[in-house]
Parts: sequence; structure tokens; C-alpha cells
Amino acid sequence: MDRHYGEIVSIYGNMIAVSFEGSIIQNEVGYVLLGKERLKAEVIRIEGNTAYMQVFESTKGIKVGESVEFSGQMLSVQLGPGILGKIYDGLQNPLVDISAKYGFFLPRGVHLDAIDFSARWQFTPMVKPGDQVKAGFPLGVVPEGIFKHYIMVPFGLAGDFTVSDIVAKGDYAVSDTIAKIKDERGQTHAVTMVFDWPIKIPIKAYLAKRSPRQSLITKIRIIDTFFPVVRGGTYCIPGPFGAGKTVLQQLTSRYAQIDIVIIAACGERAGEVVETLRRFPELIDPKTGKTLMERTIIICNTSSMPVAARDASVYTAATLGEYYRQMGLEVLLLADSTSRWAQAMREVSGRLEEIPGEEAYPAYLESRIAEFYERSGVVDLALGKEGSLTIGGTVSPAGGNFDEPVTQATLKVVGAFHGLSRDRANARRFPSIDPLESWSRYGSFVPSDLIEKAKAVLFKGNEVYQMMKVVGEEGTSIEDFSVHLKADFLDSVYLQQNAFDAVDAATSPERQTHVLKKIVYVLGQEFAFERKEDARRFFYELRHLFIDWNYKEWKSDGFRKQEAGIDDFINAHLTVKSVK
Amino acid sequence: MKKVYSRIRSVVGNVISVKAGGVAYEELAEIRTCRGKSLAQVIRIESDLVSLQVFAGSRGVSTNDEVRFLGHPMQVTFSENMLGRIFDGSSMPRDKGPALSAHVIEIAGPIVNPAKRIIPQRMIRTNIPMIDVFNSLVVSQKLPIFSVSGEPYNELLARIAMQAQVDMIVLGGIGLKYDQYMFFKDTLEEGGALSRSIFFIHTASDPTVEGLMVPDLCLAVAEKFALKGKDVLVLLTDMTNFADALKEISITMEQVPSNRGYPGDLYSQLAARYEKAVDFEGAGSITVLAVTTMPGDDVTHPVPDNTGYITEGQFYLRGGHIEPFGSLSRLKQQVNDKTRKDHRPIMDGMIQLYAQFKESEEKRAMGFRMSHWDKKLLKYGTLFESEMMNLSVNVSLEKALDKGWQILSECFNPQETQFRTDLIEEFWPK
Repeated sequence: MDRHYGEIVSIYGNMIAVSFEGSIIQNEVGYVLLGKERLKAEVIRIEGNTAYMQVFESTKGIKVGESVEFSGQMLSVQLGPGILGKIYDGLQNPLVDISAKYGFFLPRGVHLDAIDFSARWQFTPMVKPGDQVKAGFPLGVVPEGIFKHYIMVPFGLAGDFTVSDIVAKGDYAVSDTIAKIKDERGQTHAVTMVFDWPIKIPIKAYLAKRSPRQSLITKIRIIDTFFPVVRGGTYCIPGPFGAGKTVLQQLTSRYAQIDIVIIAACGERAGEVVETLRRFPELIDPKTGKTLMERTIIICNTSSMPVAARDASVYTAATLGEYYRQMGLEVLLLADSTSRWAQAMREVSGRLEEIPGEEAYPAYLESRIAEFYERSGVVDLALGKEGSLTIGGTVSPAGGNFDEPVTQATLKVVGAFHGLSRDRANARRFPSIDPLESWSRYGSFVPSDLIEKAKAVLFKGNEVYQMMKVVGEEGTSIEDFSVHLKADFLDSVYLQQNAFDAVDAATSPERQTHVLKKIVYVLGQEFAFERKEDARRFFYELRHLFIDWNYKEWKSDGFRKQEAGIDDFINAHLTVKSVK
Repeated sequence: MKKVYSRIRSVVGNVISVKAGGVAYEELAEIRTCRGKSLAQVIRIESDLVSLQVFAGSRGVSTNDEVRFLGHPMQVTFSENMLGRIFDGSSMPRDKGPALSAHVIEIAGPIVNPAKRIIPQRMIRTNIPMIDVFNSLVVSQKLPIFSVSGEPYNELLARIAMQAQVDMIVLGGIGLKYDQYMFFKDTLEEGGALSRSIFFIHTASDPTVEGLMVPDLCLAVAEKFALKGKDVLVLLTDMTNFADALKEISITMEQVPSNRGYPGDLYSQLAARYEKAVDFEGAGSITVLAVTTMPGDDVTHPVPDNTGYITEGQFYLRGGHIEPFGSLSRLKQQVNDKTRKDHRPIMDGMIQLYAQFKESEEKRAMGFRMSHWDKKLLKYGTLFESEMMNLSVNVSLEKALDKGWQILSECFNPQETQFRTDLIEEFWPK
């Protein structure tokens, strides 16, 4: 690709206008040449001989008349073995490598390879000369940590190919040629273990896309039981600040039963990423016996990083997710927060002086959000396996008001809605997912009759509670009052979960079903209380017993003993009733 | 080579434009008007037309005034001599001391690599129970104080500055009223803390634009001290004025406003400042406390709203005390498991009961009969407010926890609380 150059004619914030000659590609990458610094930028609008580019770095010190070098490539990521466990910025620069070289700060204009080109991987071929292959077909496999990383025909190669040469089993670097494949016109392409893919184009090198069905277990009771998520599905978590979005995402990234987790910290606090990147290398995943870091990729574009790179970060994350889905793995992408990404779009749109839509967001906001969530899904692969990409995004609505454009655009396209409530957060009822407003279009592993019964009590309890606010406790019948206490009991011992207790933080599916059965049994009983005080005392004591039970390890002696105690306590009160 | 231009093409708001070549984005210029010299900063370049925001404001600017480009962006000096000194929003001395010119450093420099950050784990004790017990302040935290005009937020800030265990304090005043500036100066002087403080003060009577630089100046200086091993506490008051200055400039530049006139990049602008808070491994740290007044006591107003999403929690100061609801320190979990094992349970348990008290109080206000339980809650709430929330309470964390159990036992049976049995056995006063 021949390089050509342009000249800067104007600068405004992170936008520059560049006059150029010859041809140019929309979304092409260019570099502002500023002394020794090379500032990465992307073409986002072309008008005549002027290209408008967003610069991924601070534009401080740039002058009119300086050169921009065009690369001829769209904004891309490097795909190949060695991505797992890495911490990247939004443009796939490896942050740990940068810190080793440059210390505390992120200097401007630094680009390092995303993948270690010196590492050697043990390659085992899976095809032989003469085999027919297509983009996305596996040519061989290397072990990457606990996973099999398939080396595939690059996704950008269109048409049918014949393998003409494949290396023997052995150790190779990612840039070594491991196969040669011939296209229909007889032209030979050398294939290495690494190739580039433009981040804004979804990877479609699969056979078919199917509708998602299998539960994704998060071990968070209120999600798994009441508002479940499925592998290959989508969900969103809108909530005002301080309602616990990030803690919820962190818990999910830690406990979700899934192969790979990609955390896209998009325009959020650096401190939150730090916790993940410092703790995960020490935490052991009980499923694999390896550290959580081995199954995690962090895309870290914190709020103080340049806004254009924030826009790129969600696409980078989605592309890496799609790439690992091609290996037949179950991938979960957690994006925190999609509102910051939307705001990045708004900033750029504003500088382009586009006609603004609602709240100054660009008119294409909805379609961009839909495109992003549509990159999820379960796919059948040439590998003979299926892979999935699940996308969960948090939304940070201005003022906590769900009527704003980003939340509304997101709700249109996701399969589950976990709305966080400020009231619940204020009352320290965590996770603060609102059980009355949230919904999921997916099914749970918990028997649906249990869920229906529990939900009915929650709704009835809320009605009574609202009524009690008007007529007071004395104006409420003892039957209604009991319903209110039952709903409160269900909320306290099941919907709420202590994220900071090793046992209570993660509840297995078996335990969820087991505990919910007992709770629903309690909810279904008619207890004859003479006075409201008796009812309150009974449910508070029962709550106390259940909370202690939640802290006991599943099927331990303590667990059984506590359960026996609970049964006795309930039966004792039922007996009282039958005597009367 | 410093070029001088003497033809100002336009004056709109506090933004002027001149035809000039070879000018860098965000470069500084000096403009001489009949009112004296002022600094100006390049905020837009369109081929040879350069727009600058004038810190002293555009009043009195004549079309043939001289604009001299300085060839560098905004800078500030950095030295030990700054301690005890007071500067203005252009980093010129506001006290009678000499101007400093040694060790010039760039402001708004590169950001810290997230991979080099460490998990914060040092608690800053303030001896204010609503902070220490319920929302512990942690080294490297960025935390706003959400308040409304008339509340004693500057008093709270000054008290934290005096009592917090840090090496030095950098105070940034943006649109600070003169008497509040004097209040800070006098309080820190009396407490003997002025000699370890640096002030950057932009008062309400100074031109609005000049306040825009204050957070960057404070944080650039704080960063240098932190790299030298100092634990620095940066106090900013009031960030709403900073946001309003941003709004003024963006409207002048005819940017499409996003929400109530504020620019679309308000979040990024605020984040760039707050994210400077850091704990350098093997060196010092920056902790940021910033007052954000909420116009109309509305937390959904764009400034507090965007701030809340950036900072690691927030303190609500209302009715003269730190509100238990809404106030949050996101980093408290990093430190409050290392203090005393009843710290977390007390923190959650007392707030849950206080929430119930609020409901009972509401019922009482509406004239409903108070049940036995309501009466217990009412007693509890009153005690909680007077012995914990009152800002004049000045006790150590451990004493405050003991006080918490004391209050609980005066009001409830152990089973009525949601504490675990083992804690009740250990801590419930017999």
C-alpha cells in the first residue's frame, strides 16, 4: 500500500481537517506527524479534498500545515494467540508493556504491538495439502493457556481456497508462515498466525447464527432466577450513579460460568479497572483451577483518555469477542458504560456540526447501539462446534432518568433489562435491581411455577406497601400486612445478596432452586397471627435465620443444621396455628 | 521567535480571533489592552484564523491591541517555595510574595497508565463519624461534596483539611467569594496548616475564564509533589463554577449544547481533572475533594450528575450534616475490612434502620398511629442524628463504632436488627 500525505488545515478539540490529494477511505487511519510523535487519527468524514479526522490523542501543540500520513487501512486490531490476559487501551495498545517502557504516564503518540511477536507457540496442523478451506476454517491449533486457540484462514479472504502447504507440528512465532493457500484463480496466499481485522466490521466467518437458549449462570440470585441472561443474548443495566452498576459487572466478571470474559471499561474510572487487573491474577477460577486473568481480556479506556479512543474501545472489545467466539468458546462482553460511548459519539457529532437529535445525540445513535448489540449471538462454526458472544452493557442515564435516548435505544434491542433503582441503593438493598420494573425475555433454570408465585407475592406486597403509605399500618388488615412482610422477607433473604461475603456473593443454580423452594413454601403458608407485632416478630426472626443460612457453605454441616433449625421454626408456628 | 499581531478580527464573548500563522493548538498568547496584560489560550484554529479565550475577559479589548504568541501552552512553576503561597488563576502571586519562575512544568500533562495504578488501601481518618464509619475516605480517592448555596461546605472542607492526615494541601478556589477565601486562609493559618498549603484562588470578582485554569494548575503542582513522595490533598471549590465557565466558552464558540446549555464534552472535561487523583506506587498520592453546588438542590442537574459518574462516591451536605442516604464512598470497601470486624455490619445495619426510621417519621408526620416498632425506630433515629450525624461530633472511628452498638442496644432487641449472631454475641452491650 503506498503511503500518501495530507496537510492539516484546521484544529478544533480532537477534530482536525486535512486537505489531501488522491483517494482516501472512510474510517482510514492516519498519523499526525508532530516531531517524533505520531498521533493516530481516523477519517470520519470526507468532503471534496478535505478529510475530517478524529485524533485519538490530545491535540495540544498541533499546528496548521503539519503533515498527516495516511495508512491505507481502516482502524483495525491484531488477532492471534496471546490476547488473553492482556490489558489494552481502546486501540489495543498493551498497557502493561507501555508501563514497562515508559513508567507512570501514558505518553502521547506511543504505539506498541498488541501481540508478542517474539513468543513461540506450539502449532499442531489440522489440515493437509489439498484440503478445501474458507475464511474462518481452522488450519491448526495452538494452546493458549487453558484454551485451544485455532489458527484460522483470515476472515478477510473471500472465496474458496485449497491448502497447498502446511507446516509440521512445532513451535512457531505468530509472524511465521504456517500455511499457504491457493484461491480459485491460482493465486497463493501465505497465512501466519496473526492478521488484522477492521473493528467496525462484524466478523461473519461462521456457518449460521442461531437463537440463544442456554442459561448464562451469573450466580446472582435476582438475575439467574428472576431476570435471567442466556449465552449469546444481550442485556443492559441502566442505573443512576451509586446504584452499584460497576459492582454488579465486577461480580459477573468474577463468578459467571463462561469461558472468556472481556471487560470493556469505556470512559469509566481508572480505579475500577485497577481492582480487576490487580485482583484477577490472584483469584482462582474453581472451574479451571487457573487464575481468572487467564480467561479475561481488559479493554481499558478510562474517562480521562481521549474521547475518540473511547468510541473505538467498544468496537475493539466486540471484535476480540467475535474472534474468540470463532474458537468455539463462550464469550461474555461486559461494556461499562455504553453511555460514555454514546457521549463520545455526541462530542464528535457536535464538532462535525451535524444536526443534533434528542439531547444533542446524533441521529444515528439508535442504529449504532443496535449494531453493537447485534454483534452478540450463538453461531455454528466450521470447527463443528458452536460459540457464543453475550453482551451486557451498563447505561448511565443522565439524572438516573430512564427516558433518555441512550437507555431507550438500548431497551429496544436487548433481551433483558436489569434496571437499578436509587431508592433500593439508598436503603442498602443490593444488588439494587428493581424487581418490579426489570424484565427478561429469556427463561430461567428455576421452575417457572416457583418464580410466578414469588413474583406474585412481590407485586402484591408492593401494592399493600403503597396502600399502607396512605392508610397507615393501622388501616391495613393483618392478612394484607402479612403479604407485605412476606414480600419484604423474600426481598431480604433472596433478592438481596452480600457481595462482600465469600459464600453469599455467589449462589449456585442448585442452591438457588433449593432455597427458593423453601421460601415459596413459606410464602404459601397462612400464618394466623393475632397481632401485627407477632407477625412482624415472626418474619424478622425467620429473616434472621435465613440470612445466617445464606452465609453457610452449600451442603456443609452448618448449612444442614441451619436448615433444620429453619424447618423447626416454621413448623412450630404452623403447629400453633392448627391448635387454635 | 515570538510573533506579535495587532489586528483583532472579532471579539465575541470572551473569545477573540486573529489572523496568524504557525500557531499551535492550546498555545498561550499575551494580549495588551488598555486594562493591562492578560493571558489568552488558543481554542480553535481554522487555517490562518486563530480563536483565543481571553482569561481577563474581552472588556476593553480594542481591535488594534497587540497579541503576542508565547510559543508554549499554559505552564506553572513548581518548587518547595510555593508552600504557604497564594496564587491567582493565571498562577501569578496573589499575596505580596515574589513571582516564581523556576522549574516550569506543563499543566494538564499526560495521564497515568491504568496498569501502573494500585488498589487504594490507606484510609484517611477525619474523626467525622459520617465519613470514617459510614463512608471512609481513602488515599487517592476523588470525591465531591454535593451541596447547595448556604450550606457550610467550605467549613467542612476546611475541617477535613485540618484534621486529615496528609502531607500537604493544595486549595483551588473557582469563583470563590472573597470572605470564603479569607476564611480558608485564616482557618489554615490558625491551625498552623498554611505552611504546608498552596492556594490557587480565583475569586467571584475575577473574570470567569480565568477560573478555567485553576483545577489544572492545582493538579499539576500536586502531581509533582506526589511524585516526590508527598501525600497531597487537593481541595476544589466550587466545581460548578468551573463547569459554568466551560459552558460560557462553548456557547461563545457556537457549539451545539447537550443539556441545559452545557457542552457535550462536560463529562470528559470534568473527568480529565478528577482522574488526576492517584496513588503512585513507591511515591506519594493525590486525593481530591471538590465542592459541587447543585443549582436548585437538583442532583440531576448536569454538573452534579456528570460528576457523580466520574467520582468515587459523593458526600451530600444538607441541613448542616452529611446525609446518610446517597452519600457514598466507593473505595470504603478497600479499607473498612481492615479496621474492626464490626465496621461493615455497623455501617450497613445502622443505615438500614435509619431508612426505616425515615419511613416511620413520614407516617408520623401524616398523622398515623405509631406502632410499638415505630416508636423504637423514632427513638433510634433521634439518637442517630444527634450522636452520629451531627457534624460537631469529633471522635475516632473505634469510639464511633462503640457508640453505634450503644445506640442500637438502647433501642432494639438483637433479633430486630439484621446482624449476624456471632457479631451480636461479641459486640452487643450486655
